[in-house]
Amino acid sequence: MLREGQIRIPSGCAISGIMNKKGRVFGGGDIINSIAVMHDRSNGLGGGFAAYGIYPEFKEEYAFHFFFDHTAIKNEIEALLKKNFIIASGEAIPVRKSNSIKDAPLIWRYFVRPKHRVLVKQEVDEEEFVVRFVMRVNSEIDGAYIFSSGKNMGAFKGVGYPEDIGEFYRLEEYSGYIWTAHGRFPTNTPGWWGGAHPFTLLDCSVVHNGEISSYDANRRQLEMYGYKCVLQTDTEVVAYIFDYLMRKQGLPLDVIVKAMASPFWHEIDRMNKKEKEILRAIRVVYGGFLVNGPFSILIGTNQGMIALNDRIKLRPSIAATKGDYLYVASEEAAIRQVCSKPEHMWMPRGGEPVIGLLETSQPTCVPVRTEQEKIAINS
Amino acid sequence: MKRVYVREEYCAGCGLCQVHCITAHSEYKGDIIKAYKKSFPRPLARVIVEEKRPLSFSLQCRHCEEAECVKACITGAMQKDPATGIVINDTARCIGCWTCVLVCPYGAVRRDETLHKVAVKCDMCAEAGGVPSCVENCPNGALEYREER
Amino acid sequence: MSLKSYVTPSFLIERNKDRCIKCKVCVQQCANEVHRYDEEDDEIISEEHQCVNCQRCVTMCPTGALTIRRNPNELRQNSNWTAEAVRAIYIQAETGGILLTGMGNDRPYPVYWDNILLNASQVTNPSIDPLREPMELKTHLGRKPDSLSIKEGKLQKKLPPQLELELPIMFSAMSFGSISLNAIKSLAEAAKQEGTYFNTGEGGLHRDLYQYGKNAIVQVASGRFGVHADYLQAGAAIEIKIGQGAKPGIGGHLPGEKVEREVSETRMIPEGTDAISPAPHHDIYSIEDLRQLIYSLKEATNYEKPVSVKIAAVHNVAAIASGIARAGADIIAIDGYRGGTGAAPLRIRDNVGIPIEFALAAVDTRLRQEAIRNQVSLVVGGSIRNSADIVKAIALGADAVYIASSALLALGCHMCQKCYTGKCNWGIATQDPHLAKRLNPELGAQRARNLLRAWKHEIQEMLGGMGINAIESLRGNRLMLRGIGLTEKELQILGIKNAGE
Repeated sequence: MLREGQIRIPSGCAISGIMNKKGRVFGGGDIINSIAVMHDRSNGLGGGFAAYGIYPEFKEEYAFHFFFDHTAIKNEIEALLKKNFIIASGEAIPVRKSNSIKDAPLIWRYFVRPKHRVLVKQEVDEEEFVVRFVMRVNSEIDGAYIFSSGKNMGAFKGVGYPEDIGEFYRLEEYSGYIWTAHGRFPTNTPGWWGGAHPFTLLDCSVVHNGEISSYDANRRQLEMYGYKCVLQTDTEVVAYIFDYLMRKQGLPLDVIVKAMASPFWHEIDRMNKKEKEILRAIRVVYGGFLVNGPFSILIGTNQGMIALNDRIKLRPSIAATKGDYLYVASEEAAIRQVCSKPEHMWMPRGGEPVIGLLETSQPTCVPVRTEQEKIAINS
Repeated sequence: MKRVYVREEYCAGCGLCQVHCITAHSEYKGDIIKAYKKSFPRPLARVIVEEKRPLSFSLQCRHCEEAECVKACITGAMQKDPATGIVINDTARCIGCWTCVLVCPYGAVRRDETLHKVAVKCDMCAEAGGVPSCVENCPNGALEYREER
Repeated sequence: MSLKSYVTPSFLIERNKDRCIKCKVCVQQCANEVHRYDEEDDEIISEEHQCVNCQRCVTMCPTGALTIRRNPNELRQNSNWTAEAVRAIYIQAETGGILLTGMGNDRPYPVYWDNILLNASQVTNPSIDPLREPMELKTHLGRKPDSLSIKEGKLQKKLPPQLELELPIMFSAMSFGSISLNAIKSLAEAAKQEGTYFNTGEGGLHRDLYQYGKNAIVQVASGRFGVHADYLQAGAAIEIKIGQGAKPGIGGHLPGEKVEREVSETRMIPEGTDAISPAPHHDIYSIEDLRQLIYSLKEATNYEKPVSVKIAAVHNVAAIASGIARAGADIIAIDGYRGGTGAAPLRIRDNVGIPIEFALAAVDTRLRQEAIRNQVSLVVGGSIRNSADIVKAIALGADAVYIASSALLALGCHMCQKCYTGKCNWGIATQDPHLAKRLNPELGAQRARNLLRAWKHEIQEMLGGMGINAIESLRGNRLMLRGIGLTEKELQILGIKNAGE
């Protein structure tokens, strides 16, 4: 049977995310509780989490999380790492033995910084170098897979129900200011650890519920810009689109969401001249990044969390705020499980993002427009 | 009143208006083959296709406001219906004197001598009502049934 | 001494005497004078030698009395020397000339569109109902920058000029001369009503058509007929025609008989002279020359109009397209080997060029490999026969399609392939005023519009079925395609998987 990456596998899912906009860290217990409520939305073939602010002691290093199929490949990778990076620390990620989690690969993490002379030699900046390294390992080296590569953040994922994965990785022992989670319902795969969500690149993580019908249009557009879509999953594509538009193109967040879930032409026709010109330009130039088909995604970055639905809201997502906290989940119950009396709770419309930025962050986006987006930010 | 107007720039000169006119005025309406092969006498076409290539058009009675044929008719067979404005020849009263043929400025009245002599002309398919058959069946929209513009 | 023709009639006309009413409509309508009325016998006689099977008489006959069949008369069976092969030799032995033909390649080469199947959503993602949800086909053709710069809610740099299409279908180049003014008026009006474009071909823009300038792509071809400042300004885009699918590598020839007053004025050549378009542009012998012409035209129109370059699909099309993109074209139009023509040498039409499906796949792949796909829009033509062909073309990587044969069929063309005779009984490929008036442009526009609207609805249905509600999400989305009955190599070139994979 073909593994993830050799064949495209659609899947349904549950997602949940919690952030503290002041950047105060909290334990992984809440997110596990929240995703566990939506047990029936996944089928035990994939679960995972992304957490931000968990590695304060190594916040200047890239935290590489690896799956290794065997020790030999681990040694090979370590040699490769040593050649390219200064390794501040390396260890097996602590896990808890559990009956529900089987066939785990070797799971290691390394906190690394690219060597200056390597950067100079390749004439690229640090981030680009890391991206290329990740792409190279994941597409060319058999038996090793980097599933997390950001600073002061980490992804934890595997084959199993998300609550079991959370327990396996001992997530209650970590503290972060953003937590996202994913329970997966793939339709035709035995599940592969690398194929679980979240999918990450640098500090950008994506959990996603949906099946993107524009997949190949998006993929081929991305591959034009050097991305290699090794997993053939929607999530990977979404993460790369986000990386490309935000990091490489330096676009403001609101422009990115308008490219990924554009307003309809009939809506654009009703806008004022200035808006119309911008929206038309976004659709014309970034049409290949329009994400079509049902999706509800949660994107995490060091700056905050963004939730986005497809243009006609074919997948559920609901948002809530209470105090300094922002919640987004596939189902209301998943929020109420960990937040008994939310101050605001709303169902974002199709194509309408929920953008939660840290108060400390330097937002790269221009002010967002709609009321509900404001709630998300100002709450 | 509504009349049939020709757009000669689109008249293909095919003559289908005549075919359908004959059928519409035969006892076998709606069946061209029977109208041609069985009806006796076969009616004359009330429309005339004039052609001098590339010019061609289909001509029929204009149903004049001041119809010369009505004024000239010696038996009162040719009458203008005051309600519809359509000029109709009552064949029972027509004696075939051809005065109407003589006075018609358009040459739109024809002589039918198959049985007894009688003048025939476009009646705008008034009996059937609706759009005249020639207009209905023109394949290229070269005939229009409309008010004067 | 006269040379006896050995060419026997290709068709047999059967007249059902029980139905024929001798109304003479057939006699009147046949420009080839096949039918005549014999007064003495009160009979209509059909002289089949001249019959081209254009079906005009059959269609117009009010009693359905006529049938045209292939002449059942047969030469001795021979799989090598087919009747067609023999016939061609007789004709050439009699005329000493090149065999001419019209419309597109009719040889039984594979039609790859028919070996490609489309996807639809089931369970895991919902299909979208175009009757209830927006289904967007709006398409922009023109150069897209790599990135946008938006600062403080303002676009820092304007987009390069774009053609805006309400649906990804345009009418392909057909010149005034090759087709009648009424045919062009029909298409121009339909393009205007449906929010798309027609193409002047190398015929210039007749004064009556300037009102349709906003919907016109004005062509600049090797003969430069009808090209002047107002013409360039009038169009929404300019197309440099390098080649055409029906006759790659050769020029065009409009015989002097067709150059009547209107054609002569529009093309700016003397009445009655042959209009000969050279095989190459004599100022384009290389890609760098093309670049000069592209920028000359852009300069002449203040960089306000996209410039398209049209080429025939030939073996090395991917590399050529890449060169054209780099030469500064905003749109590349590729015409496949089945593309139509008003007149082409038969052997060229039937033997030169490659299928548009392969050309499109190869060009799209190549431009993406070079990361310049967004610099140009791809428009493909060369026998787009229905809406499914269009959906497949866009999924393979096209931005839009050009249709010409389909559009003429909508106007009444019956594919008799005799356009070059100028005796088109349907009033399309003719300048004979008696014949041209058979095409009422109001009815023609309505028919062409209906075709566009019908296809639009069908495209929307297919898109919705795939769970897509904007055409840009189909563009290059080859995962929506599967091959059937194709070899490994064909699948590889098309960049698609086999059905079941």
